[in-house]
Amino acid sequence: MPCSKLKGICVGEENWVDSRTIYIGHKEPPPGTEAFIQQRFPDNRIVSSKYTFWNFIPKNMFEQFRRVANFYFLIIFLVQLIIDTPTSPVTSGLPLFFVITVTAIKQGYEDWLRHKADNAVNQCPVHVVQHGKVTRKQSRKLRVGDVVLVKEDETFPCDLVLLASSRDDGTCFVTTASLDGESSHKTYYAVQDTKAYNTEKEVDTIHATIECEQPQPDLYKFVGRINIYMNNEPVARPLGSENLLLRGATLKNTEYIYAVAIYTGMETKMALNYQSKSQKRSAVEKSMNAYLVVYLCILISKAVINTALKYVWQSDPNRDEPFYNQRTEAERQRHILIRAFTDFLAFMVLFNYIIPVSMYVTVEMQKFLGSYFIMWDDEMFDEELGERAVVNTSDLNEELGQVEYVFTDKTGTLTENNMEFIECCVDGHVYVPHAICNGQVMPDAAGMDMIDSSPGPEAREHEELFFRALCLCHTVQVKEEETVDGIKHGIHQGKSTSFYISSSPDEVALVEGMKRLGFTYLRLNDGQMEILNRENEVEKFDLLDVLTFDSVRRRMSVIVRASTGEVYLFCKGADSSIFPRVISGKVDQVRARVEQNAVEGLRTLCVAYRRLSPDQYQEVCQLLSRARLALQDRDKRLAEAYDLIEKDLILLGATAVEDRLQEKAADTIESLHKAGIKVWVLTGDKMETAAATCYASKLFHRNTQILELTTKRTEEQSLHDVLFDLSRTVLRQHGGMTRDTFSGLSGDCTDYGLIIDGATLTAVMRPGQEGSNSGNYKEKFLEICRNCSAVLCCRMAPLQKAQIVKLIKASEEHPITLAIGDGANDVSMILEAHVGIGVMGKEGRQAVRNSDYAIPKFKHLKKMLLVHGHYYYIRISELVQYFFYKNVCFIFPQFLYQFFCGFSQQPLYDTAYLTLYNISFTSLPILLYSLMEQHINMDILKKDPCLYRDIAKNSLLRWPSFIYWTVLGVYDAIVMFFGAYFLFDNTTFTSNGQMFGNWTFGTLVFTVLVFTVTFKLALDTHYWTWINHFVIWGSLIFFVVFSLLWGGIIWPFLNYQRMYYVFMQMLSSGPAWFSIILLITASLLPDVLKKVIWRALWPTTTERIQVGTNAGRNGELLYKIKKIFFLIVLWVFWNNCCN
Amino acid sequence: MMASSYNAKEEDGHHSGASSGAGAAKNRKPDNTAFKQQRLPAWQPILTAGSVLPAFFVIGLIFIPIGIGLYVTSNNIREFEIDYTGESSNSPCYSCAKNVTWNSTEPCFCTVNFTLERPFESNVFMYYGLSNFYQNHRRYVKSRDDRQLNGDPSSLRNPSKECEPYRTSGDLPIAPCGAIANSLFNDSLVLYYIDSNNSQSEVPLVKKGIAWWTDKHVKFKNPGGNSNLTAAFQGTAKPVNWRKAVYELDPSDPENNGFINEDFIVWMRTAALPTFRKLYRIIQKKPGATPTLPSGNYVLHITYNYPVLSFDGRKRMILSTISWMGGKNPFLGIAYITVGSICFFLGVVLLIIHHKYDNRNTSADIPS
Repeated sequence: MPCSKLKGICVGEENWVDSRTIYIGHKEPPPGTEAFIQQRFPDNRIVSSKYTFWNFIPKNMFEQFRRVANFYFLIIFLVQLIIDTPTSPVTSGLPLFFVITVTAIKQGYEDWLRHKADNAVNQCPVHVVQHGKVTRKQSRKLRVGDVVLVKEDETFPCDLVLLASSRDDGTCFVTTASLDGESSHKTYYAVQDTKAYNTEKEVDTIHATIECEQPQPDLYKFVGRINIYMNNEPVARPLGSENLLLRGATLKNTEYIYAVAIYTGMETKMALNYQSKSQKRSAVEKSMNAYLVVYLCILISKAVINTALKYVWQSDPNRDEPFYNQRTEAERQRHILIRAFTDFLAFMVLFNYIIPVSMYVTVEMQKFLGSYFIMWDDEMFDEELGERAVVNTSDLNEELGQVEYVFTDKTGTLTENNMEFIECCVDGHVYVPHAICNGQVMPDAAGMDMIDSSPGPEAREHEELFFRALCLCHTVQVKEEETVDGIKHGIHQGKSTSFYISSSPDEVALVEGMKRLGFTYLRLNDGQMEILNRENEVEKFDLLDVLTFDSVRRRMSVIVRASTGEVYLFCKGADSSIFPRVISGKVDQVRARVEQNAVEGLRTLCVAYRRLSPDQYQEVCQLLSRARLALQDRDKRLAEAYDLIEKDLILLGATAVEDRLQEKAADTIESLHKAGIKVWVLTGDKMETAAATCYASKLFHRNTQILELTTKRTEEQSLHDVLFDLSRTVLRQHGGMTRDTFSGLSGDCTDYGLIIDGATLTAVMRPGQEGSNSGNYKEKFLEICRNCSAVLCCRMAPLQKAQIVKLIKASEEHPITLAIGDGANDVSMILEAHVGIGVMGKEGRQAVRNSDYAIPKFKHLKKMLLVHGHYYYIRISELVQYFFYKNVCFIFPQFLYQFFCGFSQQPLYDTAYLTLYNISFTSLPILLYSLMEQHINMDILKKDPCLYRDIAKNSLLRWPSFIYWTVLGVYDAIVMFFGAYFLFDNTTFTSNGQMFGNWTFGTLVFTVLVFTVTFKLALDTHYWTWINHFVIWGSLIFFVVFSLLWGGIIWPFLNYQRMYYVFMQMLSSGPAWFSIILLITASLLPDVLKKVIWRALWPTTTERIQVGTNAGRNGELLYKIKKIFFLIVLWVFWNNCCN
Repeated sequence: MMASSYNAKEEDGHHSGASSGAGAAKNRKPDNTAFKQQRLPAWQPILTAGSVLPAFFVIGLIFIPIGIGLYVTSNNIREFEIDYTGESSNSPCYSCAKNVTWNSTEPCFCTVNFTLERPFESNVFMYYGLSNFYQNHRRYVKSRDDRQLNGDPSSLRNPSKECEPYRTSGDLPIAPCGAIANSLFNDSLVLYYIDSNNSQSEVPLVKKGIAWWTDKHVKFKNPGGNSNLTAAFQGTAKPVNWRKAVYELDPSDPENNGFINEDFIVWMRTAALPTFRKLYRIIQKKPGATPTLPSGNYVLHITYNYPVLSFDGRKRMILSTISWMGGKNPFLGIAYITVGSICFFLGVVLLIIHHKYDNRNTSADIPS
């Protein structure tokens, strides 16, 4: 039975954990065959939304309270509800409710968008063959087993097995750009036995079942078999990934196909592949959490201290329960430990505001809203692509200001990935197409033969052979229509609407270059390649065989028969893979030219040919067919066959294709260097080309000393020796001057650049058999890298790119890394790095999707890091520090008050003030500050990249500055509390002799607090737009108006009226005003002084430039006015002293 | 799971290509508004020694005179304070202090003599002061029912739970309930002037205007108006420590009786700190040039009801004149002088720094 015929497939059968059986067109197999159990499959609905209407509230609540901060506040809230605490549950319940609601609304909105997107996808119409007719169905109703009709340029609605296509050979072309980023057209094959059924009627008659594995996420693996019942006799055929059309891929160049649904809905390979990216956390968030822990410790110790002191103080029963203040009976009954514990909890509740709830909301809002500035930025808009920057996560905005290492891809990121044919060289004569050199002066044109001055007949024959070879040796397809995705190129601009399409942009560039040189490839027609030669005659060649390109051989060949009957093998490939196989030709001249071109950063290919006699051709045919028919090790045998065929070549010449550097790439890299960022280029390209690009993009300078860590060197010496050699070289130079190179900009001392290739890297990274030794290699390697200003890694596999990033990330300084790339091969490193940036290039949008930020061009990285990153870092660090500061100011007086109220947890402020302090009185100014602040103009930031160094290494959030802010907060709190204390100390300060109570005391402290904290922010603001003015003065006015209102009315819903007229009475007293002014001044004084003195004595680069531009802006006049003023002041001072 | 981690965004441009794909690309050009480009016109001040200097001098020059003014004003205020607690055996109230407990029924009387060296001009304010009395204890502060005090009849019958354990007495609700009301200061102080021929003349003490106007007229209200308080408080009990019911606080004046009794209102405004004073009476300025309290001997008659020794407290009587800035308090003046001087001094320091360093910095950046 089937198994005996197809042993090879059945062998694997035991490995299948589970398999599924699909009846094509839902037709039962004929009786008598093996009975399959009908399985249930999901429908084709894609569900990306998290919530439904019903489960939104419980599920969202659950998710939100899983966050530690929210949980903490929930606990505080519950404690307030359960035990008798000094503040009402409202004070923490309201902010918490606010936070939870805002987050829920945001998440709900996002989920609603997802629902909408899902619906659009799920309801999009699909053509299904039913009873011999094509009917339309909604995509979500598609079931496994349905036969689907897909037309050109449509996307496959689910994973399908190709049954038949409009092409006779049962093939179809597909682009999987949206899945893996490869924009090339791939060929898929229909099952041989069904490819003839290419109308809906015929397809409907197919009677077959498919057995295949259960869905798995690997895009390139598929194992299955199809049983076709013809005349009730089942025929089994193998199915592989070449038969499987994946959801998300698009049909190209094929009119229509019929295919059967295999995996639907959430079981499609695409759905299985979209795993959540691991959450990236920024350095700022980490320090924020560290601060939080510190504050939690402070909070707990405060509560413990107060509880302990309370019981010490209370040991005298007349203090504990004086006659005027008795406990209730129930309280007296309670056990002392329970009382102590509830007291501890009550103190915790009283002081819990020191950990600001609203900080999380504000940070989140700042990040979310702030990211819009990146998207809105006009300078990061690319006219050509019509794209602007995209922010996929706003969590990492500030991380952009902390980048220390940039890992960049070369092709498509540094370069345009837009190949242009530059020149070809036939036997040492250089040909340059006119179209290219129009208007350009070739640098060393003197040594070149131009096409018009071609030499003698023998050379001319070679030359024509070379052109024909390039016209024939490729896999380019000609597309007659205009609407083609991917690579578009007009054959004749204006005249014809044909385009060349190929998986390799180089090939298109070459064929097009040939067209400019007079040889036009027309089409492939019935196995005949037609080209139009210089005399406008059509030449036809029979295409006999194609030896396809692979990255191991790095060459490809075609075998063609000319109309004269001669059989040629044309081969083109990398110089390293062609030269060893060449037996004649002007190898030296060509090699020289190739090397020169490679140094200039051009991509070079060599072309060679071999004339095959009929006998040889027969032999080749046999070799090939034998290899192709092999069932086992087919690839290996094919490679051997190719190796035998592609030999004894005659060298024709070489081509050079340029992949131009992106606009301003060099400028960007230079700026990054100046900003103290190390730039590494990771590329799959070969060393020479990559190195040339590095020189062109100023990554390496003329005086950079290049260190090579390549296979070439490790072949001569052992890896161990090379590594130690290099590290010695590097360290000798840098030993005494590490500091210098860090701060010095000009870099007079020798710069080092390192080049390493993939193979050597593998050797370096290999987990050692000798144990300690390999770790040593890694460290040595890191040490070398650290001392190199630029590193080029060539011949990298995608995974190796990620490995490098990981290696640097894990090194002892834990630097912040950024990876930027445009292709699917960069995805791994984009995901690995702290910040991943996608360039909207030509190689699909895979990188963009997996990135955290996407920019249209590499040059936009400069503004992204130097301006946006810098701003976001400055803003968020101030935000975090300020939040802790203002809550210390807020809570510390309350802590001090406990010493004067018998540790009874009496709150200093009214409930309304406790609740609203963080959510309305002081929240908006800092939020706006954190959105608008520009301590330096953005033009200066761009012009002067070294300013970026000022904020490197999380400098604004390190412990010293954290301690400074905290101490400042404590100082302010002490000034405010004791200022009010001495004012209240056993006296009155009204003009009618009446007394104020404890609530006036708290209100006075609170008023000073709100003003001080807001003015502190005002002093820190360097960029006062009307919005800042509005918000800062507005929130102070709001505070005053609120206080007037809050105390102005007997609020019927409140069961206490303790604030009634308190604020007004306070303001009616003159000394209250005086003390408010005094205390605010005294609180702000040290901070101003610190700022001014630090700026004068130890200015940072930033501060110097601020002063510079400020003085420049204000001009001389103001400066003179100031001088005169000083003189007057000095004079007054002098007179005062003398008298 | 997979389903939840799969993001719909990933799909755009393919199925729903028209919505966000190339078609919309042309519209994607961001608007070029100043706000979106972060180029709003802005004032960009920078705190440098140069720009802060004038501010320091100005603050110094303004604060020092203010401070001197405040200090002088405070010094001109007359204040006399006398402790009548009677904790030592030679003080006149010693026996009272020993005998009085909060539930003793018999009042105890004592007199304290004192001499004013200098006359008190203008209105004189008489305070009683308590020390070590925690009116700001949490259990105490919240032990009141503002609704009841506002004349709410339902709260009168059913006071708030916050008043426990001073909420009910027997079955009857306490009016006014709570610890604050219960511990109302009930010493009465009467002042006599002893003139040259040794005869005592009572100094008239005014008991109106000692409480906040808003408290007296809005916050505190008697249930059912001010007439017939006895009926209005029918069915309530007096606070346990009180000798008389709330409607007997000042039977002579219906505008000062019940909840709107000013002594009661003053007591109900809890003090901020454990040592505090409360306004007791006002001695009005006499017409003409005679001082309100001429210098000489006085005698203070005290009805000693309020026990403080149990919690180590002290009781004082304070006589004070008042200026526009209130009572005697040198703190503000001294603080102003200090801060002003510091500012001035720092101004000089900054001037030196500015001349030494700032010039160097700016000249380094902007040549000449």
